[in-house]
Parts: sequence; structure tokens; C-alpha cells
Amino acid sequence: MNYPKITKITNTTKETSNVKTIVFEYLDKIIPGQFFMIWIPGIDEIPMSVSYIEKKVKGITFKKVGDATKALFELKKGDKIGVRGPYGNGFKIQGKKILLVAGGTGIAMIAPVAEEIFNKKISTSIILGAKNKDELFFESRLKKSDIETYVSTDDGSKGFKGLATDLAKEIIQKNKFDSVLTCGPELMMKKLFEICIGISFQASLERYMKCGIGICGQCCVGEGLRVCKEGPVFDEKMLKNIKDFGLFKRDAAGKKIRF
Amino acid sequence: MDEDAGSMQRIFNSGAGAIVTKSIGLESRNGYPNPTVVELEHGILNAMGLPNSGIDSFKEELFELKKLNVPVIGSIFGKNEKEFVKLAEKIQKFGADAVELNLSCPHVKGYGLEIGSDPKLVKDITLKVKNEIEIPVFIKLSPNTTNIIDIAKSAEAGNADAIVAINTVKAMKIDLELKMPVLSNKIGGYSGKAIKPIGIRCVYEISKNIDIPVIGVGGITTGLDAIEYFLAGASAVQIGSGIYYRGIEIFKIICDEIEKWMIEQGYNDLSEVIGAAHL
Repeated sequence: MNYPKITKITNTTKETSNVKTIVFEYLDKIIPGQFFMIWIPGIDEIPMSVSYIEKKVKGITFKKVGDATKALFELKKGDKIGVRGPYGNGFKIQGKKILLVAGGTGIAMIAPVAEEIFNKKISTSIILGAKNKDELFFESRLKKSDIETYVSTDDGSKGFKGLATDLAKEIIQKNKFDSVLTCGPELMMKKLFEICIGISFQASLERYMKCGIGICGQCCVGEGLRVCKEGPVFDEKMLKNIKDFGLFKRDAAGKKIRF
Repeated sequence: MDEDAGSMQRIFNSGAGAIVTKSIGLESRNGYPNPTVVELEHGILNAMGLPNSGIDSFKEELFELKKLNVPVIGSIFGKNEKEFVKLAEKIQKFGADAVELNLSCPHVKGYGLEIGSDPKLVKDITLKVKNEIEIPVFIKLSPNTTNIIDIAKSAEAGNADAIVAINTVKAMKIDLELKMPVLSNKIGGYSGKAIKPIGIRCVYEISKNIDIPVIGVGGITTGLDAIEYFLAGASAVQIGSGIYYRGIEIFKIICDEIEKWMIEQGYNDLSEVIGAAHL
């Protein structure tokens, strides 16, 4: 039943000055790329992609951006939150050589995808894109798993100087990838999509969500595709038909907001 | 699935005969913070808080649906007569094929139910709206009153073209672990399987007492549920929460189930079924 399970936070980790990981007991199986609805009692309930997947515990990693994430940021070990899910489809892992491109907090969702691919002994490369070195996280986590990890920062404070898509373009030209998977700012993903012509492509979209279970319609894109149900991950065939992709999202009232 | 043109188009292509839009007001509203929807054992509880982009922004969606030839029933909510008239005029101008007055939202102060439980207000608003527009006017009623028959009669006296019954049933869920209501608005509207008997009773009572058609809604998830509403006197049915239980394919599935039942029972025309339980 889609009712929040109340669970205690078992651990928290500060990843950067404004990015935090919260870990809690949750037994359900997760496909990397799926998300939870996280209820911060008295504040809000928001969609959060899963950043840590272990048998008995799961984790989310998020940036302080609004009221809900600010409140979530303040929570400590032992505090209670409500969790529903997992929801959505997750990434389909296919091909022998895969490139992952994560931008900003998109890194949170991509990290467990990278680990899963790596564990399947598929050749994995990952680009972590951030504004600057202080906003970068999970680099050492991924390097530990021996995944080929590239870093790009907008200001050049670490790794490649420039956009993750510029670095991706270089790497794609030098290698032959079967598949590119991405999560990050939509304009980044849109640009990457244009670079990846002829390569199998999956992008995880983010939209304002309310029910998370496919009835309210708040998160629909294109011809009634529910990001919470048919998404959040869409492949190249679907993305081609989603007119909204890279163009606009909707606010809580359903008004269009251009990217 | 009734907030943007793409979703409504998808539902229409899935076999629905027409689409009722999300309730639209004059100004945009974000609705309540989450949790706004929660599944319970026998139904779904929600308090969205009438989120909508406002009529002038919503026209874009209506124009698009018009281009696609999707029949649209524009649902509107207002504080008073004046607002309802203004919204009805606009929604007609923007291409709606009919308008549904939401006089029954159970969880937003000053709107819906507070108007919809006053027979005089219902008649006045209906009359005023009817005077100003050409398209059919439907009145959506709440089960959360003691006088649903009087309200339906008032709507009929106001020249309404049809009654829509029922809106959700006022309800609450308290979480035992946190010892607090789950919905951010605390009180919400209950829909889904659990409310079907309430809807059936309302439709039966209303259709026995008035001559205009009744559109049945509340807890329909199968063709047999729809048949039950037809027997109670409904001329058409609406489906919302059913999408959750049986997916977007529910519209085609239910049509098939209705047809199968009619063949088994030897009916040729749905009109023979409508109100058959009254006899």
C-alpha cells in the first residue's frame, strides 16, 4: 500500500557544505534510478532519488534548496521520517561499455547506477560535473570502486574546466560507448542528448511531484507521460517525443516555467 | 491526469468519451504542501487544495485540446456568483464543450462545499451561469450534506443541464506512529472503492427526484460498478481514482466489461439499463 512507512534515521553524513546524506532502515529492493517520497512530518513530502542501496538500509543525498530540504538537512540520527516507494522505473543497464554523466545533485542518483554497472563487470566511465570543487561529492566513493572517473568544474577548480557536456563530447569522440546514462540539470541532459546521436541514451527527468503514484498528473511530460510512473528515466525514443524536454517544467500550480 | 493537454489527450486516447479538467479558478493556486495524497486500505484520501494555473494560463491547454478534438468538460470553482460567471464565460470562450461547477470541494475554505450545501446559493449561481453561456452546465454535488436531494432540486430549478454526483467524502487519516494527521491539510476527501455505496445511494435518490440527467462518480473501478451507477439512474459516469487501481487502460477495459454484461443480460441499449433499479 502506498502509505508512508515511518522509519528512523540511522546515520547522516555531510558531503559538502550544503549537501547531506541521510541513511535509514528500509528493506525494499531498489533499481538504481528509482526514487522515494520522503515525508518530513509537519513540513512537506518530496521525491528523492536513492543514493545508497544496501540490503537493509537505503540512503538519500540532497542539497539544501527549499523549505523541505532545509528541514531535512537539520534532521539527526534517531529522527523519524516517512518513506514511500520505491517509485518509477530506474535505469535499464544494457551494452558492454557505458558512460554516465552526472551534473550537480544528479550525482546522488548516478552513483548507485555506476556501482551496479561496475559490479556487473561492464566497462564503466563516469563524468561528475559540478560548479566548483567545493560542490563536488562522491568522487572518492566512486574511485574506490575503481570506476573510471572524470571530473569537470565550471570554474576549473578541479579536473576539466568547463561544462560536463564539453568533457563528454571529448570522451565520446575518443571511445565507442554502447550507452549513455545521465542525470542532472535538464539543459545539460538535453545538450548531451544532441551529442549522443546514434548511441543508446537514457535521462532521468525531474518534475514537481505531488502524489508519486500516477494519479494527480502534476509531473506529466509530453503526451501524459508520468515522470513518477513511466519515468523518471526515459530513453532516446521517448525523449524524442517529449516536447517539454529541455524546454519547460511546471510549478506547483501547473504553470509552465521555461528552463 | 487532468492538468495539462498532453495528459488529457492520453486519457482520451485510452477510451474516455470526454475529459473533465482539474478545477480551474480565476487565479493560480499552488495547492497544499505534501502529503496531499495517501492510499488507505479501501480508498484514496487527498487534499490537493485546488491547485491550478488560473483560467488565463489554462486556456493554452484548452486550445491544444480543441485542436486535437478532445471533448472537454471544464471544471471551475469560485467564491461567489460573480466568479463562477466570469470563469464560465471564459472557459466557454476557450473552447470547453460543457462546464462543471465544482460546488463540492470538501477541503478548501470558502469554496466548494460551503457554497454547495446552501440550496439558495446553488440555484442562484446556476441561474446566473446558465443566463450567460450557451454550453451545457453541470453541477457537481457533495455527499457531505444532509440535503443532497434539495441541493439537486435547486440546481434543476436553476436550469442546470445535469447533476454530477458525488464529490469525495470528507475524511481523515491519523498516523499511529507519529500521532498526527497524514495530510498536510489534515482533512481531505476520500475516493475509491470505499465510497461507491455512498455514490450509488446519492445518484439513486437524486435521479428519483429530478428530471435532468445525473452523471455518476465515486469508486468506479469495474464495468459492473458503472452498471450499478446506471441502474441507480446515472446516464454517464466519471472515473478518477480508478486510474490508480487499474491503470490508464481502465477506460477501454470498463467499456468492454459494460458491453459484456449487457450481452449476457440481453440488453441492446444502455438506455434500458439507466434507472432500471427504480422500478
